[in-house]
Order: sequence, then structure tokens, then C-alpha cells
Amino acid sequence: MSAITAPMIEPGTQWRAFRMVLYRDLYVTWREFPAFLAQVILQPLFLLFVFGKVLATLNYTQHGYTNLLFPGLLALTAVITAMQALAFPLVAEFGWTKEIEDRLLAPMPTSYVAAEKVLFALLRSFAATLIMIPIGILILGSIPWRWAGFPLFLAALVLGALVGAGFGLLMGTLVRPERITLLFSLVFTPLLFTGCSQYPWPSLDQLRWFQIVTACNPMTYVSEAFRGALVPDVPHIQPWVCLVVLIFAVGVLLTVGLRGFYRRAID
Amino acid sequence: MSGELLHEGCAVETIDLVKRYPKSPANAVDGVSFAAAAGEVFGLLGPNGAGKTTTVGMLTTRVRPTAGAARIGGVDVMRDPVRARAQLAVVPQQSNLDRSISIRDNLIFHAAYHGVPAREREERADELLDQFGLLDRARDKPDFFSGGQSQRVMIARALMHAPQVLFLDEPTTGLDPAARLFVWDRLRELRDSDVTLILTTHDMDEAALLADRVGIMDHGHLLALDTPEALMRSLEGEGTLELAADRPADGAVVDALAALDGVDRVETVHAAAENGAPGAPPPSADSQPLRVRLYLTGDAALLVAPAAAVLTEHGLALQDVKLGAVTLEDVFIHLTGRTLR
Repeated sequence: MSAITAPMIEPGTQWRAFRMVLYRDLYVTWREFPAFLAQVILQPLFLLFVFGKVLATLNYTQHGYTNLLFPGLLALTAVITAMQALAFPLVAEFGWTKEIEDRLLAPMPTSYVAAEKVLFALLRSFAATLIMIPIGILILGSIPWRWAGFPLFLAALVLGALVGAGFGLLMGTLVRPERITLLFSLVFTPLLFTGCSQYPWPSLDQLRWFQIVTACNPMTYVSEAFRGALVPDVPHIQPWVCLVVLIFAVGVLLTVGLRGFYRRAID
Repeated sequence: MSGELLHEGCAVETIDLVKRYPKSPANAVDGVSFAAAAGEVFGLLGPNGAGKTTTVGMLTTRVRPTAGAARIGGVDVMRDPVRARAQLAVVPQQSNLDRSISIRDNLIFHAAYHGVPAREREERADELLDQFGLLDRARDKPDFFSGGQSQRVMIARALMHAPQVLFLDEPTTGLDPAARLFVWDRLRELRDSDVTLILTTHDMDEAALLADRVGIMDHGHLLALDTPEALMRSLEGEGTLELAADRPADGAVVDALAALDGVDRVETVHAAAENGAPGAPPPSADSQPLRVRLYLTGDAALLVAPAAAVLTEHGLALQDVKLGAVTLEDVFIHLTGRTLR
């Protein structure tokens, strides 16, 4: 037998593979940009339009409701977009398209493939959330904005996107392809409506049991932190509480999600 | 070459490789050892569920071994999976092409993941697309491709980063005859390069045609390992005669057939176990109509009449007769008592 020895890996090989996989995702998004826009902004757009514009115009909502709704919808967009960017593609790629295999066999650690997915989900989430700002101005005429609250806004945005990514990783690797519709109705919808995006958490005092339910949804803390940043006059959960809870949630979700990813990636 | 395991410098090597899945009563792969040299075409032959794909999964860093070691180019795949991945490529049974991009982009991105410089990957993609007869469809997305075309794209993609070892899992299963011949031709061309090919198949023709050496697997074990010629020679017959009767029969018939002049050995043929599930016993011989394969030292045609006479004597009617030379399938039947399919 002729002797062969594998060449050593050149330094930078793993990062190059990581960058190229990220580039692939951005390339596909760019080429399908209208589809991307429709996917990420249609839902918050309609919520904003119906709750912020239609109901307000018909005088079914109190004056000022729009101001507390808008930060909540930003939170919803940040969390849900990151989640969608991971959950559905992962179920499909591990379940039937098997597309992820070519990336899992690229010369980089398996954790890099997961990290790329998370990073890409964050980028989508940031883009979608920022797009909501001009849309809000367009629909509502003006939006609540406070530069003094910007650092808090930014921190909550990153943590919110990470929470969404963690949920997405978890669902994408735990849910079997045949259960994907169940995922939508059993997880997605409750998450969407218990995240305090349409109402501030302290006002739920009158509905104690629901207040407890919403306290269990990490999205609540993103909504509340955004309110703290943009409309501090509206009663909200203390920002530091929000950030602590979010950091904890991100830690748990990403740890469990990564474990699920490993289990699917390596038999 | 057979039987000798070089622990240094083989392109592919497994040592007592074991995979046990939780909740499974038996090991999916149960102590498999083999080595393939650089440039060798190595075939793993066995029915579905024999452990071939799991063995390849361990070699390609996608399945974690329960015990034993697997090496690619001397690199332990568990200890240094990144370095192992850099030199291997996999063509799976089911298409895993990236559906969001064209097939040309599939090739180019694959090369990019593996660090092939931009200009080189463009040139190489066009070269390979041309060689695989896909140049006019370069801009199409994989969704519109047939099984045979996807297979060609996946082989082309695998070659983009010039791997040392190429794994092909059932490369022609489900392809029409023309597509199958095309893939075989391309693989034969590859054999002339220095790429090591590890081929899993349940198709004995494919194994005999393409492989320098064949390992026969069943129930997670490697039962035999040699060149196809040597494996077939090991049966020492000049031909085979397969007989099927209308009813089940007892051992007396088999003994009587074995006693005929010119018959070397008689094997009772059972239908393949359901998907070859590990641990499943072969179906009982008593419940099935008699089907035997006679391994002959002489001319098969001369034995048809005497064999038919033996069946008649035992009150059986002859239903089917097949004359043939020894194939890898006979080797498999000899080793396992079952057919491959």
C-alpha cells in the first residue's frame, strides 16, 4: 500500500468555511429579497395596521395605545423572525432536504455550523426589526423614539433575537418533520400572544393568572425592555430585571438547542 | 493484499469499529476492521441493514462510534474530524443538494466551504459540469433534476475540492440503466486517478465490476474480504444450477441432490429477511417451497435432467431452473444462507 498522510489543516480553514456558509445564506436571502420581506414583515405589519391604525381610527382603543403597541411589535418581530429563521429550515434540512449535510461535512467543527445558523438568524432579526421603524412611521405617522433609551433598546434587541434563535434551534432540532404543523399551532401561536407585545405586563394585575403565564414567556421581557427604552412613562417591568431574565433565558435555550443540534448532526 | 492491515499510511482504515444504537438489541456495526490503500476501489457489499451505511457514517464523521477507531489518511475521525472532513467527500443515496441555488452554485459553494480559491472553483465547476454532461443545465435548480441527474451533480460536487477519499452510498440504486452505465463509466475514470473510492452497494454486479476488493457485510459483521475474483474462486465450482419446486421439502431431497455426480455442494436459498433487519432469523425452510442452488464441478446443463428426476422421485414438481456461473451473490448466499435482496 502506498503511504499517504493527510495534510495538516491550514490556519484559517475553519473560519473560511464558516464565512462561506454565512455568505451562502446571505446570497440566497439577497436573491430572494422580496420573499424575505414578505416573510418577516407581513405579520407585524398587519398587527400594526389593525391594532394601531384601524382600531384607533374607529376609536376602539384608547389614546396612547399605539405608543405601547409599537415597542411590543418590535419585540415580536425581533423574537419571531430569529425563531423562524432557524426552526423551519432546520426541520426541513435535517428531516427531508438533507441540505445541511454538505455544510456538516465542511472542514469546520459542528458547533460552527450551528453558530452560523444562529448568527444568520440574528442578522435577519435585526434587519426585520429595523425595517419596522420606517413602516411604523409610514402607518402611524409617528413612532415613539428616545435616543436616551437606545443602549437599552440595542441590548434588548440582541437578547431578544438570541432568545428567538434559541427557541428556533430547540424546535428545529426536536420537532419531527411530520409534526411541523403541530409546532405552528401548539408553540408558535401561544408564544406570539403571551409575549406582552399587545399589552404592558403590569396592567395585567387585573388578570392575575394570565400575568403569571406571560411572565414565563421570555418575549415578555423583550417587549417590556423595549417599552422601558422607548416609552418609559408607560408602566413596565424594570429594565434590569428584563435583561437578567433574558440573559438567563438565552443561556438555557442556546445550551439545550445546541445539544439538540449536536444530536441531529452526529448520530 | 487481503488480510494484511497496515496501521500506517492507508487511505481508509477501521479497527474493530462498533456502533450500537440505544434501545437496539444488536450492534448495527459489530467489530468491523478493514483498510483501503490510496487509489483503491473498495466495495462494501450487503443487504439493506447490514451496517454498510453506518460504517460509512462513522468514517465520514457523521456517526459516533461506540468502540473502535476509524481513520482517514491516518487521521482519527473522532479526534480530528475537521482534518478528516477536509480530505473526504460523500455522495449519499438520497439527494442532499442545496435547493435554493443552481447546480453550478452548488458546486461552487461546496468548493468555497473547502477553501478552493474563487477563480479555481469557477473553472473547476465548468470542467466537471461538462464532464458530467450537465453544462447546459448549469443554471437550473436541483428541484427539476431526475434521480440520475442529481446523482451526477452530487458526484461532480464531491470532486470539487479534490478529496483523497470519496464515499459513495448505493451510487446507482434507483437509476435507470442508461444513468447507471454513465455513473459506472465516471467511477471507472476516477479509479485511474489517485482517489480512493469506498462504495457501498447491495448490487453484486456493481461490486464485481468496480471494486478492486469487496467486503461482504451482514448483520454488522464483515464476513469476507478479498478481490471479487478470489471471493468467487473460493466457492470452487464451475457453475451453478438453481432449482425451485412447487412445495416445501425435507432434508432428504437436499441429500439426494448433493449425492448426484458433479454436484459439489447444495445450498438452500431463503428469501432475504425483511429488510435484512439485524437479528431477524431467516424464514424457516419448512414454510417455503423448496429452492436450492447446486454448486457444480461440471457442466450445469448435463445435471438438469438428473436433478429433475430426484425431485420427481420425492413427489415434487420442478417449477424453475436457472443455470449460471458463480457470482458474488453466490458467495453471499454461501456466507449467510440468504439472497441479497
